[in-house]
Amino acid sequence: MPAPIRLRELIRTIRTARTQAEEREMIQKECAAIRSSFREEDNTYRCRNVAKLLYMHMLGYPAHFGQLECLKLIASQKFTDKRIGYLGAMLLLDERQDVHLLMTNCIKNDLNHSTQYVQGLALCTLGCMGSSEMCRDLAGEVEKLLKTSNSYLRKKAALCAVHVIRKVPELMEMFLPATKNLLNEKNHGVLHTSVVLLTEMCERSPDMLAHFRKNEKLVPQLVRILKNLIMSGYSPEHDVSGISDPFLQVRILRLLRILGRNDDDSSEAMNDILAQVATNTETSKNVGNAILYETVLTIMDIKSESGLRVLAINILGRFLLNNDKNIRYVALTSLLKTVQTDHNAVQRHRSTIVDCLKDLDVSIKRRAMELSFALVNGNNVRGMMKELLYFLDSCEPEFKADCASGIFLAAEKYAPSKRWHIDTIMRVLTTAGSYVRDDAVPNLIQLITNSVEMHAYTVQRLYKAILGDYSQQPLVQVASWCIGEYGDLLVSGQCEEEEPIQVTEDEVLDILESVLISNMSASVTRGYALTAIMKLSTRFTCTVNRIKKVVSIYGSSIDVELQQRAVEYNALFKKYDHMRPALLERMPVMEKVTTNGPTEIVQTNGETEPAVLETKPPPSGLQPASQANDLLDLLGGSDITPVIPTAPTSKPASAGGELLDLLGDLNLTGSPVSAPAPQIAQPPFLLDGLPSQPLFNDIAAGIPSITAYNKNGLKIDFTFERSNTNPSVTVITIQASNSTELDMTDFVFQAAVPKTFQLQLLSPSSSVIPAFNSGTITQVIKVLNPQKQQLRMRIKLTYNHKGSAMQDLAEVNNFPPQSWQ
Amino acid sequence: MWKIHFILLFSRQGKLRLQKWYTTLPDKEKKKIIREIVQIILSRNQKTSSFVDWKDLKLVYKRYASLYFCCAIEDQDNELLTLEVVHRYVELLDRYFGNVCELDIIFNFEKAYFILDEFIIGGEVQETSKRSAVKAIEDSDMLQETVEEYMNKPAF
Repeated sequence: MPAPIRLRELIRTIRTARTQAEEREMIQKECAAIRSSFREEDNTYRCRNVAKLLYMHMLGYPAHFGQLECLKLIASQKFTDKRIGYLGAMLLLDERQDVHLLMTNCIKNDLNHSTQYVQGLALCTLGCMGSSEMCRDLAGEVEKLLKTSNSYLRKKAALCAVHVIRKVPELMEMFLPATKNLLNEKNHGVLHTSVVLLTEMCERSPDMLAHFRKNEKLVPQLVRILKNLIMSGYSPEHDVSGISDPFLQVRILRLLRILGRNDDDSSEAMNDILAQVATNTETSKNVGNAILYETVLTIMDIKSESGLRVLAINILGRFLLNNDKNIRYVALTSLLKTVQTDHNAVQRHRSTIVDCLKDLDVSIKRRAMELSFALVNGNNVRGMMKELLYFLDSCEPEFKADCASGIFLAAEKYAPSKRWHIDTIMRVLTTAGSYVRDDAVPNLIQLITNSVEMHAYTVQRLYKAILGDYSQQPLVQVASWCIGEYGDLLVSGQCEEEEPIQVTEDEVLDILESVLISNMSASVTRGYALTAIMKLSTRFTCTVNRIKKVVSIYGSSIDVELQQRAVEYNALFKKYDHMRPALLERMPVMEKVTTNGPTEIVQTNGETEPAVLETKPPPSGLQPASQANDLLDLLGGSDITPVIPTAPTSKPASAGGELLDLLGDLNLTGSPVSAPAPQIAQPPFLLDGLPSQPLFNDIAAGIPSITAYNKNGLKIDFTFERSNTNPSVTVITIQASNSTELDMTDFVFQAAVPKTFQLQLLSPSSSVIPAFNSGTITQVIKVLNPQKQQLRMRIKLTYNHKGSAMQDLAEVNNFPPQSWQ
Repeated sequence: MWKIHFILLFSRQGKLRLQKWYTTLPDKEKKKIIREIVQIILSRNQKTSSFVDWKDLKLVYKRYASLYFCCAIEDQDNELLTLEVVHRYVELLDRYFGNVCELDIIFNFEKAYFILDEFIIGGEVQETSKRSAVKAIEDSDMLQETVEEYMNKPAF
């Protein structure tokens, strides 16, 4: 039997194959030869054959018949055999094969071998693929080697121990004694792997963490090592672009992070070194930035002093401006982590973040999108939404669903007006209509129902949208529903927001029937369309016969759902015609399920939004009353009027358009005016039509701020702004801060003013006031004071703190004269 | 937890040159993952970053001449440092082979594995000195028996 061909010879031969088939043939031939060689138990060429098998395995061919051979190689005395044997074991075997356990004894012997490179092979293999059983059996050997003075073995034993702990966490304790002097080593390999081991132990066990903090005084040791690395001169062995052992530096910073988390003393002890690393690390190459990145993560995670945090965020800010995409990527990732806790600091970088939406890299775009949504608030919502809608237009399909959902959420929270809200929804539905999530459709329908005064506008816009294209299912579903509900408004041309279109009943039915027939329509969509057509039978006057006909056709539809609906509607026409009008009546306003701010009583969107609406719009005098009663009950005062502005006469121009005349149409005496229109008028109040830039560019300067409330750790400051062009309006920005050690959650701020004033409350920045004055909630109040009376206010605060619900009422009487005179 | 889940080396035509797995997966699964990842990375253009979100991991990749080096790390790991890890591996290969090129790794794939195993164990870096890592390989090479020695030594 001729000697089997050499490994490199085989590689050369296989590479000459010109087709996949040719290669397969060569491989099969060689495999057959190898198989018979294995069968003959040939010791001389086993190593060579296994090596060839490993090469063929890499090409994708099966090699399981070599598994046992690897074990035989491992058991061999020859180093050459062992090297290939262990490699083969790592490539071909894992814990899922019973065969792997046969390795255990060999590894045990090799761990005690006289040659360190054999011991090294065993440690490496155990540390890469040792199963739980193997780890249990061999942990003792690893622990022994962890205490050896041979640094080559010690560093491998440390990582092997890490693997053992990951596989069998209960064994962690037994490695504790051996860790005692690990950090006294000079050898960087041992230092690095020791830090990894200590990190693993501290992460897994709070007891270990406490032990290493207190008893071992780990933090000072690590600080010392890190300092030496930074201060030491050039060391060619460990130098990377002028930085000494960046791998070790980063691992130390990471361990410091774990030790400093939630621990004041540890955090303090590492403060200086963190500042030093943050300011002295060279940033021209990736390696320096890698260290800075880790430093920033550590600073943000421990109890660092504010100066250090500012330093960290500034580093991230500089990263954002870096040309290197990788750096921008990590900056965005980190900012995403810190946006909740350091919201204001991150806001400062908002425009750069928004620019990243246009980046070509998908991962950067995604992070920029998430961050952008996190940064939307009442003040920047218009500008941000513009950017995000543009992004929705042009982004990859994988983003569209998330982006659409995010826009809906943000719009619901911060919409400055109903009209804007509806327009934004429309824009999303027409731009990314097929990517909108299924649950968005009912939410949107609910929203539209509740925006009573916008019904005509909404149905008109939806009608126009699907006229051109009825392929986007969510859009068509919402549109069908609205047309069914408000078709009468559509044909009667009642739209006030924009030029009403001329549409006949037949044209409306045409489009709905097209939806019904179209191949593009999903079954669900057809259901919407059919029901809409049915509803129109009570809203339309001339086309009832046509509707009857359509409905009866679908009584024999193949689609069971449609058939059932049609049959029932048919019955409605025939036997139950007297009930039809009542059954198909206008839908009442639905209970709002999600709220993200105080929507129930005090307004967030600058709109009046009664908690409950009857089916028919009530006379306007009644409308504020339901809310007024609630607030009056709360505040108990009789000379205090509620927050809601009263319903003025509604004219087309006043319904939230580009009205810059702030007081147009507003009844200044504050008493209810009976409005002829059945719609609930929305006041053309301060926010509508104003640009999203700072609202008052001509601020009357220098009105002193006041502390309106300060009790139980909760402090509320008022700052004032007034416009020179409209002296009756005062804008108050409240800042709520919390000096206790626990966060205040579900914070709600309510206010009431005397009768001659009017008040508007915008959305708060959040509902959580973080502890230790580490952040604030801001909210904007606009006060209309045409009679220039002395400003007084009653405030009510509710929040959760230390597990209990808190509530307080207070009067604010210390308004500075400049705020109202 | 921070660790490398796997390392892949592949050519611009998508041919695998090295695969090191630090987690347990069935062979079929590994093949599927390799196909998927090779496709993702080969379709990235020059203007993108070196990082790709993939399942619950992050892929860090860099091209050196005709070879792509790809590391899969945990989501919270330091991507920039991983680029340094990849670079260090290339430097070690270069130091050992002298001006390493793809052919060296094709014809001496087992050495490429040996070098990797002196640099990383269980997904964690074990040695930060270039000199020490390469010296260990060279010493091990010396331990390998010559043909006569090999023939004359008893098997077990």
